[in-house]
Amino acid sequence: MKIRYLVIALVILSFTSLFIGVKDISPLDLLDLTDDKVQIMVQSRFPRMVTIIIAGVVMSISGLIMQQLSRNKFVSPTTAGTMDSARLGLLLALIIFPSAALIEKMAFAFLFALAGTFLFMKILDQVKYKDTIFIPLVGLMFGNIVGSISTFFAYKYDLIQSLNTWMNGDFSMIMSGRYELIYVSIPLVILAYFFANKFTVAGMGEEFAINLGLNYKFVVNFGLVIVALSSTVVLLTVGTIPFIGLIVPNIVSLYLGDDLKKSLSHTALLGAVFLLICDILGRIIIYPFEIPIGLVVGVIGSAVFIYLIMRRKAYE
Amino acid sequence: MVEVRNLFKKYNNKTVVEDVSLEIVKGKITSFIGPNGAGKSTVLSMISRLITRDSGEVLIDGKDMVKFKSNELAKKIAILKQANHINIRLTIRELVAFGRFPYSQGKLTKEDWSYVDEAIEYMELADMQEKFLDQLSGGQQQRAFIAMVIAQNTEYVLLDEPLNNLDMKHSVQIMKVLRRLADDLGKTVIIVIHDINFASCYSDYIVALKDGKVVHNGPTEQVIDSVVLKEIYDMDIEIQTINDKKICVYFT
Repeated sequence: MKIRYLVIALVILSFTSLFIGVKDISPLDLLDLTDDKVQIMVQSRFPRMVTIIIAGVVMSISGLIMQQLSRNKFVSPTTAGTMDSARLGLLLALIIFPSAALIEKMAFAFLFALAGTFLFMKILDQVKYKDTIFIPLVGLMFGNIVGSISTFFAYKYDLIQSLNTWMNGDFSMIMSGRYELIYVSIPLVILAYFFANKFTVAGMGEEFAINLGLNYKFVVNFGLVIVALSSTVVLLTVGTIPFIGLIVPNIVSLYLGDDLKKSLSHTALLGAVFLLICDILGRIIIYPFEIPIGLVVGVIGSAVFIYLIMRRKAYE
Repeated sequence: MVEVRNLFKKYNNKTVVEDVSLEIVKGKITSFIGPNGAGKSTVLSMISRLITRDSGEVLIDGKDMVKFKSNELAKKIAILKQANHINIRLTIRELVAFGRFPYSQGKLTKEDWSYVDEAIEYMELADMQEKFLDQLSGGQQQRAFIAMVIAQNTEYVLLDEPLNNLDMKHSVQIMKVLRRLADDLGKTVIIVIHDINFASCYSDYIVALKDGKVVHNGPTEQVIDSVVLKEIYDMDIEIQTINDKKICVYFT
């Protein structure tokens, strides 16, 4: 696949995304915009489009970094306990300091996400049976244990509703004034670009990396910080989006390989395109109502995921 | 020159390397031989900083290894461990290009690329350089990894069981390459090897280890000897000379 096809798809889909919604606005209206149409564009449509693109980019790149650092194709923030730990942190922040500012709650959730991810990596080190499928299963179990702690506290403090909001990704609540936090993840994406070569070397394994003079531990830890922080940001703005961090990097890896210098842009663009498609589908299938993005991605993503697993079997 | 002085390493109170001292001659092939669990790989890993030592010194060109920056050391010493299970999808060319990482941090200059091309040419991989590693046979993979090490252009090349899982043809091919690395390019090659006949035919010096200690260390001529080998392996090994090479017969 050529990168310019992805760019063209991204432009067309972004444009389409702007003109789908309950309030009928067609591209022709751009020539003659009424005040309320401008309001809708600025307040809702544009923020939504931007959030989808950034979330798609960030989740895919996070998945790619995690897969590279854990050297396992089926590890991602949703299958390694990162998202679950971030949710637990956010919930505890709500319980312990309910009056704290959003950014402070985010910091707290980030610390939990980071701790959870490190713990998962430590468990990985201890596991002797390093089967490709077994490791993400360990991650899912670990995530579920963390999740059950969250559920316990959520019931106790009557916060189940908040917990569910973060469980299921949803773009319908994205509006100007409550999405800007997502911009925090842009510098993280840029950092990922600067570290692309180092992540690739780290992905060859510790001994390879040391042989090439890489500060292996630092690069791995740094990568996990990027993953944990960007996952927390996405969690806070849109909630959890399953599968995307898993399938997008895998698809790119199939046709482009694992040299991050080459695959990072493709992964980022494909992530945005994939999420835009899912969002547009979710908005038109039961128009004028909406299917939450988490559900659409879940259905399409699981199908692709099964295909990837079968394909992998054919390889071995 | 690599100089090892009084190296010790313990795992869970079990001593695996005990008071190992040796000197590696420049521009020659030195083979580490010995039974399983003799500590050969551990010594090799300590020389190349992959594992830390408990005590002792490893001097590289007279300077203690730990005083080098990791990146500087990567330009002096290359180590290749048994690499059968690398599961990253890179093409041969991408892999070999990462051999230049210590010099370029991934932004390769024209000069870097010429090293890459040379290394690929040297290992006769040019016609398959765009193939992914997971599409290659074991022998081709091993050649690709050695090409990466050649691109790294270090004075010292350390290989841990480079013939592991290779058939006879590919084993001979790899050993001939190592011979050329020493003879043509003047590199110092240190290998851990199990097949004593390959060690006998291709190396200049042999270091024999047993139970974490050096039991013999000298020119190949001297170590490939029934009495010496009996001491190392606890078995009677008959030695015959075929085409000027000493061949050990130990199969029956």
